[in-house]
Amino acid sequence: MDFNLTTKEEAFRDEVRAFIGENLSPEARKDPGFLGGWLKKIREKRWVGFNWPEEYGGGGGGIMEQVILKEEMSKAGAPPLGLCMMGLQWVGPAIIQYGTDDQKKKFLPDILDSKYQWCTGYSEPGFGSDLASLQCKGVRDGDEYVVNGQKIWTSLAAWSDWIILLTRTDFDTEDKHEGITCLLVEMKSPGIEVRPIKNMSGSSHFAEVFFDNVRVPVQNRLGDEGKGWGVTISALAHERSGISEVAGLVGQLNDLVELAKRTRRNGRPASEQPSIRRRLAKADVVIEGMRLNGQRFLTKQLKGEPLSSETSINKLHRAFLAIELGDLALEIRGSASQYVKSDNGPGMEQNRLPSGALDWPNVVIGGGTPNIQRNIIAERILGLPKD
Amino acid sequence: MNFGLTEEQQMLSNVARRFLEERAPMSTVRDIMESPEAFDDKLWSAMAELGWPGLIVDEAYGGVDLGFVDLTVLLEETGRGLLPAPLISSSLAAAAISEFGSDAQKQRYLPSLADGSAIGTLAILEDSDFLGPDGIELTGAKEGDGYRLTGAKRFVHDVGVATIFIVPFRAAGDILFAVVQSSTKGVSSQSHPTMDQTKRMGDLTLDGVIVSKDDVLAGASDGAAALARLLDLATVAVTAEMIGAMDRALEMTTQYAKDRVQFGSPIGKYQGVKHPLAEMYVDVETSRSLLYYAAWCVSEKPEALPVAAARAKAYASDAFTRIGIDGVQLHGAIGFTAEYDVQLYLKRSKWALPAFGDAEFHYERIASLGGY
Repeated sequence: MDFNLTTKEEAFRDEVRAFIGENLSPEARKDPGFLGGWLKKIREKRWVGFNWPEEYGGGGGGIMEQVILKEEMSKAGAPPLGLCMMGLQWVGPAIIQYGTDDQKKKFLPDILDSKYQWCTGYSEPGFGSDLASLQCKGVRDGDEYVVNGQKIWTSLAAWSDWIILLTRTDFDTEDKHEGITCLLVEMKSPGIEVRPIKNMSGSSHFAEVFFDNVRVPVQNRLGDEGKGWGVTISALAHERSGISEVAGLVGQLNDLVELAKRTRRNGRPASEQPSIRRRLAKADVVIEGMRLNGQRFLTKQLKGEPLSSETSINKLHRAFLAIELGDLALEIRGSASQYVKSDNGPGMEQNRLPSGALDWPNVVIGGGTPNIQRNIIAERILGLPKD
Repeated sequence: MNFGLTEEQQMLSNVARRFLEERAPMSTVRDIMESPEAFDDKLWSAMAELGWPGLIVDEAYGGVDLGFVDLTVLLEETGRGLLPAPLISSSLAAAAISEFGSDAQKQRYLPSLADGSAIGTLAILEDSDFLGPDGIELTGAKEGDGYRLTGAKRFVHDVGVATIFIVPFRAAGDILFAVVQSSTKGVSSQSHPTMDQTKRMGDLTLDGVIVSKDDVLAGASDGAAALARLLDLATVAVTAEMIGAMDRALEMTTQYAKDRVQFGSPIGKYQGVKHPLAEMYVDVETSRSLLYYAAWCVSEKPEALPVAAARAKAYASDAFTRIGIDGVQLHGAIGFTAEYDVQLYLKRSKWALPAFGDAEFHYERIASLGGY
């Protein structure tokens, strides 16, 4: 058991910290060209696509280095390491593994350069958690596929240039994971309609995407026909400990503690109210529990063992915290918590605070609801019968 | 970065589990818990032969010279088997003497604690049931080069079998630690049955007990800090047994959910049963992560131990409470029969709750240590 970094890892952490010190000062952040400059510098460092192999323009960063880089950036509240989130996380790695040489040349550099936004067309109206039953239809017609159907809960669809799309090209398979084909589709193709879904907090993170006889060239098929299911599961070694996300949660909790200290409830600082102290401390424990669970997952990954269902543990903690931190901010702020604009009440100046008690569904429901996570743990880890 | 057990630790765990399955299966545990002090000296001797009471004692004093992480590995197993034995108590007394005793004091007490011929325990709480320097009101009156102690310690674990007591007391505003032997004139003890029949605790009464200068731990110059350190070690040790017990309760309940058929299916097929089991799993594994980090801090990062220990015990206290209840509840009616073992785990969860600070106590510590 050893929670220390090696000398080499410490040197890398110091390099990251020095870079942050040089490039993320409050003055630097005020510069109108800050974001553009940031993207250029991190690209030069090869910290965009840090886990991608170097031959494809990535950084070739090992698991431990990825954790260090992401954790330090998260602690510093840095802008993202590249703007094409879906591309970096899912699409690029899938193209690296399954793509043709032409596809690699065509798509990978643009993802690294934050040139295009990608979205992922997986969930359908009838098939969210039961994704493999998807019905969006792809029919081969000469050198093209013709796509008809609908996707839903597509994150960032309204801002995306491309979509990685799962279609069903064979409806007669016994195993529903067969017969799925993965296509890379330009969002401006004729026949695509995006309808943003306004959520309860007023923003439109998700959209529905409709496909009406959309024609996709065969060279934009990723992987073999009928073998699209495996394409969505990345084999690139990207660290999945979630430790950097924990650093963000620590920042949120610290902001809540400060908010509680300077906000008066019932005539005294909110931080002196026992129920608030307990809730803050409880959140602290769960966050630390996530961090340490993450260290165990990381240890497993460093030993070259794949992670599987155990990551559902932290997804459940994450869901609890997403709701709890928002609600805790409400309790601390009292009546002023009801105002939705930042200049209408005290305590809204911290931009890392959960902006309210309505923002949790993205985190809690996206990627599998808590009850789905419980099913995964119960069936795959505890070995209970499927229902 | 390596958050895992070494090969030696894995071996210690395996040996302990095999030993306990052979020598202290639940039928034996039930026999021992019916005895007056819930103690079996033959079993204790066998444990001593394996080196368990001296696991964290220096080799120079007859111990095995392992660390707190190793002790944690062992205590997970004894907790799993609900082993009735004063292993935590005696290890903590040995830790107190190891950390704060002079060389002469170590020579005097540690070999007998390590070989199991003596049994130690911490005697900290008083009538106030308050864990912390302000809870220590027992006052030593100056007597020659030492002190005369008159008063009582309460809720002392394993009080009926212990022969060496670590007794914090006040003298001239400071907190000192007396090493008191059960054979000393004026010392008496009374153990009480507890809700968890596998554990005993009770009163230590000191009636004009004379402790010489040599009986006062020499290295505890800052008494409040020494007390805090001992409480942190105790917190980690108790939490280790809790996690072993939780893990076993989960295992038993999971097995029951696979075997028990109702409405034509094993009940573990229904989400009303499988979801609480999944929550139990999340609780066990998260408790374990928090626990092992705290155990690692004991020697590797002592400045981080107070908050790490508090987090581990706070989480585990809440978790074990839920697991104790759900374990019984998911078994249905059979779960609360005396004959069935899962109820013993519910009782252990109740015993563990206040031991060295309940969840509220530790949440408050986390808040204070966090500066709010």
